[in-house]
Amino acid sequence: MSRLLATVLIAAGLLPGAVLAGKAPLAVVAAASPAPLAAPIDFGPPQGEPIHAVLGIPPNVPPPINRKTPAKVIVDLEVIEKEMQISEGVTYTYWTFGGTVPGSFIRVRQGDTVEFHLKNSPDNKMPHNIDLHGVTGPGGGAASSFTAPGHESQFTFKALNAGLYVYHCATAPVGMHVANGMYGLILVEPPAGLPKVDHEYYVMQGDFYTTGKYREKGHQPFDMDKAIEERPTYVLFNGHEGSLTGDHALTAKVGDSVRLFVGNGGPNLVSSFHVIGEIFDKVYYEGGTHAQENVQTTLIPAGGAMMAEFHVDVPGSYVLVDHSIFRAFNKGALGILKVDGPENKAIYSGKEVDSVYLGDRANPNLHAVAAAAKANASGTLSKDDQIAAGKQLFTGTCSVCHQANGEGLSGVFPPLAKSDYLAKQDKDHLIGIPLHGLTGKVTVNGKEYDSVMPPMSQLTDDEVANILTYVLNSWDNPGGQVSKEEVSKVRATPAPAATGH
Amino acid sequence: MKQLAVILSGLLLALPAAAADYVALPGGSFSSVLPADGKVAPARIAPFRLRIEPVTNAEFLAFTQKRPEWQRDRVPALFADAGYLSQWAGNDALGAAISPSQPVTRVSWFAAEAYCESEQARLPTWYEWEYAAAADGQRADARKDPAWRERVLVWYSRPSNAPLPEIGGPADVHGVRDLNGVVWEWVDDFNALLVGSDSRDQDGADKFKFCGAGALNMQEKENYATLMRVAMLSSLKASNTTTNLGFRCAKSD
Repeated sequence: MSRLLATVLIAAGLLPGAVLAGKAPLAVVAAASPAPLAAPIDFGPPQGEPIHAVLGIPPNVPPPINRKTPAKVIVDLEVIEKEMQISEGVTYTYWTFGGTVPGSFIRVRQGDTVEFHLKNSPDNKMPHNIDLHGVTGPGGGAASSFTAPGHESQFTFKALNAGLYVYHCATAPVGMHVANGMYGLILVEPPAGLPKVDHEYYVMQGDFYTTGKYREKGHQPFDMDKAIEERPTYVLFNGHEGSLTGDHALTAKVGDSVRLFVGNGGPNLVSSFHVIGEIFDKVYYEGGTHAQENVQTTLIPAGGAMMAEFHVDVPGSYVLVDHSIFRAFNKGALGILKVDGPENKAIYSGKEVDSVYLGDRANPNLHAVAAAAKANASGTLSKDDQIAAGKQLFTGTCSVCHQANGEGLSGVFPPLAKSDYLAKQDKDHLIGIPLHGLTGKVTVNGKEYDSVMPPMSQLTDDEVANILTYVLNSWDNPGGQVSKEEVSKVRATPAPAATGH
Repeated sequence: MKQLAVILSGLLLALPAAAADYVALPGGSFSSVLPADGKVAPARIAPFRLRIEPVTNAEFLAFTQKRPEWQRDRVPALFADAGYLSQWAGNDALGAAISPSQPVTRVSWFAAEAYCESEQARLPTWYEWEYAAAADGQRADARKDPAWRERVLVWYSRPSNAPLPEIGGPADVHGVRDLNGVVWEWVDDFNALLVGSDSRDQDGADKFKFCGAGALNMQEKENYATLMRVAMLSSLKASNTTTNLGFRCAKSD
């Protein structure tokens, strides 16, 4: 052991000598001890009169700072416990910083001295405190801000590091305070500020745990067991289902630049944040200084944040989701960015072709089809066999558009049920529709349709015969029967011109 | 017997100055959320008597009339903060918005202690209070029953912008009422519970925890209903008052 050490020491001692012998420029690099970690820049004492911070109410962000010197900034934040709607007809008791979930957005400049006043509303039941991840000091302020209801705590910190930081309550039980909505973001702008954009928005994800099921009506209390098991009832942007949809959607105009400040309060889940239909030009991942470019989905840790910058070029609704996608569609993690303005077909055409593609047809229960095929082969095929087989084939092929009940979708897919259009077709033309498809204007039951039905060339003659027989004998249609031979005859004749029905 | 109790409590309401009712609790070994040795040891609780109901506005008004130094315009700032009895209409009047039979709130620890002395009593210790509040209508310790926890949590989860309920909830197996679900209550040793002001300090960070009576720590984190009460009490200073904080008294046997 000691011999080994000695060898190492000798080797180390010899190295400078060897370098001196002939490799002088490298020697400086090799022999120099590594530079110490640079300390954050201190911009000096605050200058001028203290400033009262403007707080941002989500999804809005306070205006950029545009200040050249550090200042003393006074932040007043009130903790409010209040009942609000978490989903349509469902209420929940939130604990909030400033009356909203997430809490008020705080914006300061790197080097600012922040005098923080945490007020706990007299009507509250619980003590609260605040841990700001942008604070350098034990507990991030938590130990200095433990505040009983009806009281106020004050502490002061210097914002040493630029970045986007989460703040949250850290009072026992911490997870419960966070789960009830006690989190928000503080932006420490770099001295030169952030690049100018047309819109800045504030979005924060959180998971919620209620004793009742998702969307179960009434007042829903917090469920500690679900929280410990990390089984959220809701995963939401900005604390409520619908807080960023409909009239509350974020907005922008074609050509605008947008910056999203997105945090994740947790308490448990990590967010795979994605905007459907957009590519982030830049993501300042983890809220830090460096940006990744051209990002589709970015990971936001619980208790973390990120800034995303992008341009909107095409009008429409862009959907903000946690791409752990069941959270989006089954637990509420949805928001909308609505972009208005002229279409830009060079970038995005809109739908050019809408056709059904079924690949290898899903293979549900096709017994009746097999039975019909057998009966056909033995010459005993009855109309009822055909209807039974046709029904199953219809389910696999036609119901995608025309719907299982034959009603279609008004204005998009014409109805087959009680259809005046079907009733007036001659048999050959009727057979031609599935064989050749149908494109262009048709009027069905008084409504005009103008779309494309592709040829169903994957269907055999007896399949077409069975489907048509089923349709003719369903939903108050006139009845009738189509045979395999009749289909085969139509298939042999050339397709008519695509228009002119 | 029950009827008699109703009549008696009716009389008490009518005559707030009359002696308050206390009941005897047997005490014994009790598994607290704050183990006696900071790890697992159960608390030992001597037999004691507990006031069956929290002190009401009417009772506290009578006390301040007898002891005017505790009226809100006279009390030294050291003993009560600016919110002290501020919900009352005047120095010695409740006003129309306040019910005489609501528990008194916005009282400091000092004022509560002084009141209890006037009943030849004291504030209960945390262990006494926790032990008493573990009961439900049938059992002395119902804490394992989810229904017990639910009852405690339901009150926590409601913001308190509605008027406080009046006292007179159902009696538990000891005959005590309203321990959970009406107000927070001061305990004698509220400042020895020491949930750190930053509850995530697991050890080491807070030296106070290793001193004397403060050598207590959170053990059963799962019993968070009680933990939240400890957190609440830990956030207070003795001069503090809050909208939801009242008290009751206890006597050593």
